[in-house]
Amino acid sequence: MSDLTGTDTPEATAAAEPTESVAPDPHALDAAHADLVARFEHELGDAVLDRAAVFGMPVLRIRRIDWRAAAEVAKRALECDFLSFVAGIDWMPAPKEGGDDAASDTSAPVQPTETTYGAAGSEGRFQVFARVQSTSRHWGLTLKADVDEESLLVQSWVPVFPGADWHERECWEMYGFVFDGHPALRHLYLPSEFEGHPLRKDYPLLSRVVKPWPGLVDVEPMPGEGDDADAPATEAEV
Amino acid sequence: MSTTNPPLPGFDVDPRAFRHLADAQVGVELDTGDMILNLGPQHPATHGTLRLVVRLDGERVIAADPVIGYMHRGYEKLAEFRTYPQITTLINRIDWLSSFANEVPFIDAAEQLMDVKAPPRAQYIRTILTELSRIATFVLFLGEMGLQVGALTPAFYGFRDREHILNLIEAATGGRFHPNFNRIGGLKDDLPWGWINETRTAMKTIFDACDVFEDLVAGNEIFEARTRSIGIIPPELGAAYGVSGSNLRASGVDWDLRRDAKPYLVYPELDFKVWTHPDGDSFARYWVRLQETRESARMVLQMLDQMPAGPIMAKVPRIIKVPEGEAWVETENPLGQMGYYVISKGATGPFRVKIRSASFSNVSILPWLLRGVFVPDVITILASLYFILGDIDR
Repeated sequence: MSDLTGTDTPEATAAAEPTESVAPDPHALDAAHADLVARFEHELGDAVLDRAAVFGMPVLRIRRIDWRAAAEVAKRALECDFLSFVAGIDWMPAPKEGGDDAASDTSAPVQPTETTYGAAGSEGRFQVFARVQSTSRHWGLTLKADVDEESLLVQSWVPVFPGADWHERECWEMYGFVFDGHPALRHLYLPSEFEGHPLRKDYPLLSRVVKPWPGLVDVEPMPGEGDDADAPATEAEV
Repeated sequence: MSTTNPPLPGFDVDPRAFRHLADAQVGVELDTGDMILNLGPQHPATHGTLRLVVRLDGERVIAADPVIGYMHRGYEKLAEFRTYPQITTLINRIDWLSSFANEVPFIDAAEQLMDVKAPPRAQYIRTILTELSRIATFVLFLGEMGLQVGALTPAFYGFRDREHILNLIEAATGGRFHPNFNRIGGLKDDLPWGWINETRTAMKTIFDACDVFEDLVAGNEIFEARTRSIGIIPPELGAAYGVSGSNLRASGVDWDLRRDAKPYLVYPELDFKVWTHPDGDSFARYWVRLQETRESARMVLQMLDQMPAGPIMAKVPRIIKVPEGEAWVETENPLGQMGYYVISKGATGPFRVKIRSASFSNVSILPWLLRGVFVPDVITILASLYFILGDIDR
């Protein structure tokens, strides 16, 4: 079900009910944003698949075929005239470099290995997300849409927001999403003969491939840990 | 000598017989086709390595295509391989003229996810240093804009007056350009002894400098002739391109994230004016930044008076692990809207960081803006948009 008051946890919804005066929910939308979401859903109807609120910011997941319609509604009906960005997400956990014996690379933080999807969920690995804002009403929306892994097709926003041009070119070279209706999908940052999509999770960090991280050889013990280095550092320690 | 060469096929006269290429053109109708002019990547007006491929018809630009990416460092990818405290070092290098202001939204996003709040004194110091970065960035612009239209003196004044601010930033943080002073939950250090009085004195210098720039540059007849009604950005189009900050306010859009966004730092406690200009031309952009420099100096003085005592660090775990969630934090940086969309999966580093940098969107309007202008105006428009290459290329 949709959830306006919390991210995606049932506890957050329960806490929003005025049972006791606990700390206010940090995710709750203010009146203007709640009204904005209601108007957006009224305009788009079924096209809104899911919604969430993240620190007072509405996040809406739009059906793939209504991606451009969502931009039009946001711009024409909701006065969101400012395009902040268009970008992509790859929800797949990054595969460990060189199989499971990757313990030697201690430089990168260890991410969880199971796939989870963020606010407003996702159907598959790829998502495109964008943020539009209103310069007069001072409100904003984050919109997400799932991208089909096979076709990688997304509707382009360039006819609605001309500024989407460069953002979509960047997204195309970094993730491989094909923006339908974009005037010219050319490389923006990378050289034109570049192959691959660097921001995908299965694309390795090339500097680590060229020269592997030396591992734990140079690491000194943390102050105070001294001799009992076997004891694991607890994060509760402040 | 030409007799020793075998004749070239397809030529009535051997072209090598001419001593200069110009001789060969005599009597031939001049080719009036388009000319491609490459501006940069090392042109001084581009503040770095922006390349602008400009198609000219005579003196008039018929198409302009910015080529970016000469300095792309892939921070969005790198951020996925670093811990949160390490990323602060990286994002210092995005907009290198106001590095401190870059750190704030990222740290704020991490703090929101961790449900940590920096103590009031830390918030005040952060705001003061952010405004000082803004002054440093704008004072350089106020001088350099003169340089771009041919006035050499203001550029030296700009560098001279910025030095006062950089000295303050260095005294407080230890770094002139890359402070890396923010920590999740507060700051690395408190302000040094005597810093507040020095800042008060420096703000007086900045007010004087603004007066000088107003007389010397904005009040100059030649400067006005070069910038008035040059490079007009219509407000609706600017917003649709994502142009933000002073560039958009110079088009009459009364929108400042310090006042209008979700409250951050101590801006709700401050009394300040948001300056706009209705014209939207290069002169308006200069004028708005001039007024904002003064406004920032006023804000710094206000904050120095109101600054509370107290700790500068909240209690945070020694190993920073950020709980699962998403956060978007946007701030009004000197160059415009800067935002970080941080997606965390509960690890010591983020899962994905989308960096929204101001100059990227500000420059993306160039193909539209430069169409039909004259070559010297290209330089004026580039200078008045005021971008930093690190902020475009990330």
